Amino acid sequence: MTNYIIRRLLLVPVLLFGVTILVFAMLQFLTPVERSALYVRDVPKNDKQIQGIIKMYGLDKPIYVQYWTWLVGKIDRVSGERRGGILFGDFGYSRTASQPVAELIKTRFPNTLDLTLWAIAPVILIGIWMGVQAAVHQNGFIDQAARIFSIVGTSFPTFVFGLLVLMLFYAHWHWFPPGRVSDWASIVLYSGSFHHYTSLLTLDALLNGRFDIFLDALRHMFLPILTLSYISWATFVRVTRSSMLETLRMEYVTTARAKGLRERDVVNKHARPNAMIPVVTLAGFQVIGLLGGVVITETVFNYPGIGQAAANAAAQLDVVTTLGFAIFNGLILIVANLVVDILYAVVDPRVRLS
Amino acid sequence: MSDNTSSGKSTLLSEPAPLSKIGWLEHFLGPENYRIVKGLLKTPASILGFVLIGLFIIIALAAPVIAPPVGNDPYKIPRDGYSSEPRPMMSAWERGVPPLPFWWKAVMKTDNWVHILGTSQGQYDVFYGIVWGTRTAFRTGFIVVIATFLIGVIIGSISAYYGGAVDNLLMRIVDIFMTLPFLLAALIMAAVLTPKIGRSLIPVIIALITFGWMGYARIIRGDILSIKERDYIMAARVIGVKDGRILFRHILPNAIFPTLVLASLAIGDVVLSFAALSFLGIGTQIGYADWGQVLSFARNWISSLTTYWYIVVWPGLTLVMFVMGWNLVGDALRDVLDPRMRGKT
Repeated sequence: MTNYIIRRLLLVPVLLFGVTILVFAMLQFLTPVERSALYVRDVPKNDKQIQGIIKMYGLDKPIYVQYWTWLVGKIDRVSGERRGGILFGDFGYSRTASQPVAELIKTRFPNTLDLTLWAIAPVILIGIWMGVQAAVHQNGFIDQAARIFSIVGTSFPTFVFGLLVLMLFYAHWHWFPPGRVSDWASIVLYSGSFHHYTSLLTLDALLNGRFDIFLDALRHMFLPILTLSYISWATFVRVTRSSMLETLRMEYVTTARAKGLRERDVVNKHARPNAMIPVVTLAGFQVIGLLGGVVITETVFNYPGIGQAAANAAAQLDVVTTLGFAIFNGLILIVANLVVDILYAVVDPRVRLS
Repeated sequence: MSDNTSSGKSTLLSEPAPLSKIGWLEHFLGPENYRIVKGLLKTPASILGFVLIGLFIIIALAAPVIAPPVGNDPYKIPRDGYSSEPRPMMSAWERGVPPLPFWWKAVMKTDNWVHILGTSQGQYDVFYGIVWGTRTAFRTGFIVVIATFLIGVIIGSISAYYGGAVDNLLMRIVDIFMTLPFLLAALIMAAVLTPKIGRSLIPVIIALITFGWMGYARIIRGDILSIKERDYIMAARVIGVKDGRILFRHILPNAIFPTLVLASLAIGDVVLSFAALSFLGIGTQIGYADWGQVLSFARNWISSLTTYWYIVVWPGLTLVMFVMGWNLVGDALRDVLDPRMRGKT
C-alpha cells in the first residue's frame, strides 16, 4: 500500500512540470507585448510602460529564463512585492474582466464548486439505483429504459439539452430562470449585512438564516444541475449495471442464494457493496470532470462560474486569462486525481498489487 | 492470419481449399476482425445507427442539389437582409434568393423559394446552415480523426514496441496531455491560434487534434503489448528481421483494427466537440455553415424561445441525430470488443 502511494506521489511533480510546460508552450504563440499582461496589475497606459515591463521581466530573453520568471515571478525593486509567478498564485491580469486573473478565479470558483456539489448528489443516488435495478432485472423494462436513456443521454450535446430545457422551463413556463440569483437577492448579498462565511452561496444563505435566498439560488441552479446530472448520469447507470451484473455471477452470490437468503438481501447486502468498487472511482472522476467540464453548461445558463469565465475570455481571445484558468484547473485536477487514485487503492486491493 | 493475406507471395495462400469455405470478407479481414464487423451488423440499434450515418452522408453529398448555393463560397450561409429578429418557418425569401433546385416545384408546389426552417438572428437561413453544415461536420470529423489516429498509432506503437524508458516517457506525456479537461484545453488552444491564423476551421481542427490523440495511443499500446508476446514475433526476431519491419509488417496489421474501428466511430464525438467550440464563439467566421454556430445564434433569444423555437429545435435535432448515429454503432462495438464477450457471437 505504502509502495503504491509513494509511486503515485512521485508522479505528481512530473505531471505538474508537464502541465506548466504545456501551458507555457501555448503562451509562446503570443507576442512579448501580449505576454506582458502576465505581470501587470492594471491596464498599461502607454507603449513605454509595456516596453519597461518586457525588459524588466525578461520577455525578450531566452525561453528557459522566461519559463523560470513565469514560475516564480520577480521581486519589484521599489516596493519589494512579488510580481507574477504562477507558483505563488499570480496568473496575470485579465483584460476582458478588468481584474487580476487570480481575483477572477477566487470569485468564480466557489460558484462552480457550489453547482458541482449539488449536481453530483442526484447523479450518484439515481444512477446507482437505476444501475442496480437494470442489472437485477436484466433485459427487463428498467434495463431497456436505462439503455435507451443512456444512449439518448450520451448523444445529447450539453448545449442542445441546455437550450431545450431553457426553452421549456424558462421561456415557456417561467419556472427556472438562468443566472445566479434574482436582482432582489443580489442587492441583499452585497448590502454588507450578509456574511460570506464559505463563499458557497447556498451554504452561506443557510448560515445567514436567509432561507428565501437559499431557495432563490437553488431555483437558478435547477436547470444547470438538471443538465449536468442528465449527462453524467448515463455513464453512471452503465458502469453500475455492468459491475453489478458481473458481481451477481460470482460464486459467493450463488452460495448466498443457496443457503436460502431472501433475494433482496442477496442483492443489497452481498452483491451491491462489492459492485460499488468501480462506481466509487467513477464518482470521483465525475466530480473532477464536472469541475473542469462545466464550461458549456455555465455558458448556456449564464452561470457565473469558472467555466463561463474561461469561455468568455477565450471567445474574446484573451489568452492570458484562459491560460490562467488552464493552470488552475490543471493543479486542481492533479490533486483530485491523486486523491481518487489513492482512495481506489484503499477500496480495491487488486489495484495496488498489480 | 491476416498477415499472410497481406503478403501475396506466401506459399500458404496457394492452397485454395480453406479459402473457398469462408466468405471473401472474412478472408480479407481475418477471423478476429471479421467477428467485429459481423457483430456490428447484428443488432437493430447498430443498424439504425448505420442508417442515420448513411442519411447524413447522402445529405452531405447532395448538398448543392438540396440547398443550391448563392455566390462563390457555398459554405457562407445566404442572408435575407440584416435585421436581427428571426423569421418564422416557411416565410417568403425576399433578398438574394437562391436558384430553385429541380425538386422544388414537385415537392413544394410553388415557384418561390421560402425559408423552410425559418431564419435565425441576422437572417441566416437555418435550412441552408443545416444542409451545408453536414459537409462541415464530415470534413472536420474526417480530418481530426485521421490525424489523431495517426499520431496515436505512431506514439502508441513506439511506446509499446520499445518499452522501458521510452514507454515510460511517452506514457507520461500522454498523462500530461490528459490532465487538462479536453474541452477547456481545446478551447484555449483554439483561442491561442485564432489571432495567428484568423477565424476559420483550422485553429479548431488543430486544437482538437492536439488534445485528441491520447486515447488511441493507449489502446494501440495495449493491443501491441499482447501481440508482441506471440510466438510468430519471436520467430521473426530469431531469424533477424529488423525492428521497423517487425513493427510495421508483423505487429501493426494485426493490432490496428480495433483502434481503427474505434477511431472511425469517434467522428460523432469530434463533431460534437467542434460544435461545442463553435457554440462558445470560437472557430469559423460568423455566417459559416456549421451546426454549432447556427445554434449559437439562439443564445440571444433565450427569453423568447417559445416564439422562435425553430432556431434551436432543428439544428439541435440534427446534431443529436448525427451523434446518436455514431453512438449506436459505437455501443454495439463496445459489446463486440469486450473480451468477456469473446466467442459468444
